[in-house]
Amino acid sequence: MSLWIWLLIACALAYAWKLVGYFVPARLLEDPRMSRVAGTMTIGLLASLTVVNTVATGQSLAADARLGALVAAAAALALRAPFLVVVLAGAGTAALLRALGWN
Amino acid sequence: MSLLASPAVRMGISISIATGLYGVSFGALSVTSGLNFWQTMALSLLLFSGGSQFAFIGVVGGGGSGIAAMSAATLLGMRNGIYGMQLNALLHPTGWRRYVAAQLTIDESTATSSGQTDPAEQRRGFWAAGIGIYVLWNLFTAIGALAGSGLGDPKQWGLDGAAVAAFLGLLWPRLKGREPVAIAAVCAVATVIAVPFVPAGVPILVAAVVAGVIGWFSHGRSDEGLEPDVDPFRERHHHGGHASQRTTE
Repeated sequence: MSLWIWLLIACALAYAWKLVGYFVPARLLEDPRMSRVAGTMTIGLLASLTVVNTVATGQSLAADARLGALVAAAAALALRAPFLVVVLAGAGTAALLRALGWN
Repeated sequence: MSLLASPAVRMGISISIATGLYGVSFGALSVTSGLNFWQTMALSLLLFSGGSQFAFIGVVGGGGSGIAAMSAATLLGMRNGIYGMQLNALLHPTGWRRYVAAQLTIDESTATSSGQTDPAEQRRGFWAAGIGIYVLWNLFTAIGALAGSGLGDPKQWGLDGAAVAAFLGLLWPRLKGREPVAIAAVCAVATVIAVPFVPAGVPILVAAVVAGVIGWFSHGRSDEGLEPDVDPFRERHHHGGHASQRTTE
């Protein structure tokens, strides 16, 4: 039940961010610092989410089939594959490595 | 008929199909991360921002708390506020349209609109991409959620590997140049260091703080990292970044 509450708060705050953009005075656009923070934070969060999903299991670090998924996804992206193909490459590689016995 | 002759509308439709399709991966990952069908749909219907949605389920799936998931999703949604400012300056929506436009303000609709030069095309591109993605993203989220709940053990299908690939795929288009790569590397290292010491989900917030501090004190391009998840101009400009096409600069 509490997950629902945080989920709905996240939805409300996401809409609030979007709406704020339409109501702040245009001169704030001239301050590049907020744009820069939004941009660097986006990069930092996505990099962190990638790493956490690759090597973290709760509070411990592990090297398992997910590392193979990371390499396969990077290879697909370097070949300019579409997003869905990248995701399938990650899933397929992790599944294959597990079937071969690497947890 | 005249609408389909508009290049912005056609671009919006093709972006809608490409983006909508990967709603399948979001839906399937969400239910295997522990959310139920309606929680998954609530994220796509109400939150409607791919990166933030993946962040929310990524934190929950990794054993993080609801508040950590909410925080990560909210910090990742900050860029939509910047997009909102840009779109407001381009489109000047009034009345109820402003509130609808806000909900449709995401990477792809912003990129489709701001890449046009004619004001009428900017408007058509925004609405075509925004409405098209909203409809297809929710449709394919539902399909993915229904399919995902019948999969059994998600690890057997490599769905944890799919999550890794999805986040790398969202990050990749933003890594143009040395500065974004350096920021990503620093945040990745900060995350690995933090994992053993703080509860699950919190390392992501540590990285967000590190990245925010870098942005506050650095002097790079102001729109660094604000690239869209899907590049609408890839077919036309194979090697050029589209930062130079941004109309706000």
